[in-house]
Amino acid sequence: MKVIKIDKKDWADSLGKLSGPYRLFGPVRDKDFHNFKELGNDEQPDFNFQNTRVSAKSMVLPQSETLFTYSLDEKEPDHHQMREPEKNYSPRAVLGIRPCDAKAFLLVKRNFDTPEYKDPYWVRAYEASTFVGLACDDPCSTCFCTSAGCGPFHEEGLDLLLVDAGDHFLAKVLTQKGKNLVQAAGWGVETNADVELMKRTAESRIASAISTEQLKGKAATDLYHAPFWEEAAFACINCGTCTYSCPTCWCFDIQDENHGNAGVRMRNWDSCMYPLFTLHGSGHNPRETKIHRVRQRFMHKLKYYLDKYDAGIQCVGCGRCIRLCPVNIDIRNICELMNSHDPGACTCQVA
Amino acid sequence: MVGYIDKIKEISERLLKEGTVEMVIGFQKGTLPMMNTPCFAKTPEDVGNFVWDSHCGINLANYLTDRKEKIGVIAKGCDSRSIVTHITENKIKREQIFVIGAPCKGMMDRHKIASLFETEIRSVAENDGKLIVTAGDGEKTLEKADLLQKNCAVCAHRNPVIHDELAADPVEDQKDVDRYADVREIETMPPAEKWDYFDDLFSACIRCYACRNACPLCYCPTCFVDESQPQWVGKSTDPIDTKTFHFLRAYHCAGRCTDCGSCERACPMGINMRMLTKKLEKDCIDAFGWEPGLDLNQRPPLDTYKMDDPEDFIK
Ligand code: SF4
Ligand code: SF4
Ligand code: SF4
Ligand code: SF4
Repeated sequence: MKVIKIDKKDWADSLGKLSGPYRLFGPVRDKDFHNFKELGNDEQPDFNFQNTRVSAKSMVLPQSETLFTYSLDEKEPDHHQMREPEKNYSPRAVLGIRPCDAKAFLLVKRNFDTPEYKDPYWVRAYEASTFVGLACDDPCSTCFCTSAGCGPFHEEGLDLLLVDAGDHFLAKVLTQKGKNLVQAAGWGVETNADVELMKRTAESRIASAISTEQLKGKAATDLYHAPFWEEAAFACINCGTCTYSCPTCWCFDIQDENHGNAGVRMRNWDSCMYPLFTLHGSGHNPRETKIHRVRQRFMHKLKYYLDKYDAGIQCVGCGRCIRLCPVNIDIRNICELMNSHDPGACTCQVA
Repeated sequence: MVGYIDKIKEISERLLKEGTVEMVIGFQKGTLPMMNTPCFAKTPEDVGNFVWDSHCGINLANYLTDRKEKIGVIAKGCDSRSIVTHITENKIKREQIFVIGAPCKGMMDRHKIASLFETEIRSVAENDGKLIVTAGDGEKTLEKADLLQKNCAVCAHRNPVIHDELAADPVEDQKDVDRYADVREIETMPPAEKWDYFDDLFSACIRCYACRNACPLCYCPTCFVDESQPQWVGKSTDPIDTKTFHFLRAYHCAGRCTDCGSCERACPMGINMRMLTKKLEKDCIDAFGWEPGLDLNQRPPLDTYKMDDPEDFIK
């Protein structure tokens, strides 16, 4: 695969060139942390970060997104009809996305883009995007990507992988989309530099790992009835921090909002950690306690997803939920409890 | 404060052995530096997991709400005041709980400590008013007193106001702390500047509700932001809806908030929403001479009425 050399002194110029054919997005520092934003004219992405505070998922699945607008004004000919608003699906480039966040889109894709069902908003935004990855050479202590089907130089889900090599980037072109972007930026200097050694060094810096090999063979009902959930869930305050910051959590809620006669139908991120998530119209809530909800989150990520798609767990090991949970509920510990669970060894059950 | 742990364990073990309580709520060591995690002990053996140090900032009163068992709970000054509020608001009964008081010298601001280092913090040890912090770029010995959570730096009630047993002798309360310097600064801003201040304060909010859920006062079965009939506030990331959530929540805490700092501590985005609750706390002192959580026999000012109320509109 082609490797290209990009001098950092030419970087700003090439972004100038890219800003014509692409809308550019990248990590920007906001107070104490970085998050993805659309870049303004001449605004540079700031690559001086370990990872963004929340994931890059909003590049394709915004926290709030208008799906339709409508009017309740009977004088208007199309009153009480849903109108699809104009949206900008012109090509966009997401610069400096970490490999874990890019791979996460492929995990979500299994659910949002199937032969049977397609989420049109997600699919259009995803297809409009070119993902320019930034390899990690300084992972956090909470990153466990290499044991979660990903890694600091992982290429799946990326169109181009940038590796920081001091005064220049090495860019590995991975797809046709990547090629197109390289061309638009005017990058052409091919090199035979090899990023393999850098990759291995980065991988060796990942200090944390999970074991998942037993999960598949366990009966979902055994894990569901395992005795550890009460203790595991005790500290949880059922906020949405873990799910909102996670690149692979995809749940949303649909809401109508009116202002006078004008209305929008929108979708907003939702979280299985909230009691409202499963509240029925009847008032019954099948996941009534936080024990049910915590169990749901981990069972979905580490068991149901795995069983359904047979393509690993629904987690790329970015470690955000560990870093941001206010009470330090750690998916690595829960995964270990699940992976090593021996249903024969215990007699007690949670409801 | 690290020295308390032996006494905490001794009391907890005894309570569980003698059957005085069915569980004791405390902290166990977390998986990250400066992160202890709330936990329970149901047997004397479980008590072995308990830890106590300057990273026990979460308010444990939050874990008592509506529980039915007899519970032992470790309480700092602020937790004990929230427990008092819980009792006066009928969220738990006094006779149901055994308060193990932990006189407190303040909890650490982990974000501030992290900001002093270029690289990630690997470990933090604590010794006699000092923190020994090791990060990728070296080790530093820091004064704990300089690194308190913002609320702890101005805390006026470090000793538990109710307790059944103390884990240590009471500590000296901080004298001459100016609790409201930051609030006054905002009070004096012209309206436009105030507006910008609050716009900026909440600009990064992702409405995860960690602040609300970490708060022992926010125990409503359905929070107003979650209601849909009627829908009081929109659920998107619209900045006005986001601020409405924060302003209304703060009002719901007026006269009840003990400034335990759990909300700010929990926020993944580092937002200081305490500026709202503190302003209302100050107003309660100014208008009613009221500080919450100090007295089991008094109702908070906004759910009571006094015959000698100076305002006419209410008579
Ligand atoms: S696990 Fe942590 S971040 Fe997730 S809902 Fe519970 S307290 Fe919040
Ligand atoms: S579950 Fe946690 S570690 Fe896994 S992808 Fe989500 S935020 Fe990252
Ligand atoms: S607010 Fe006071 S009692 Fe509470 S943790 Fe801080 S110093 Fe301790
Ligand atoms: S915890 Fe922070 S980000 Fe979450 S709702 Fe509260 S202020 Fe917003």
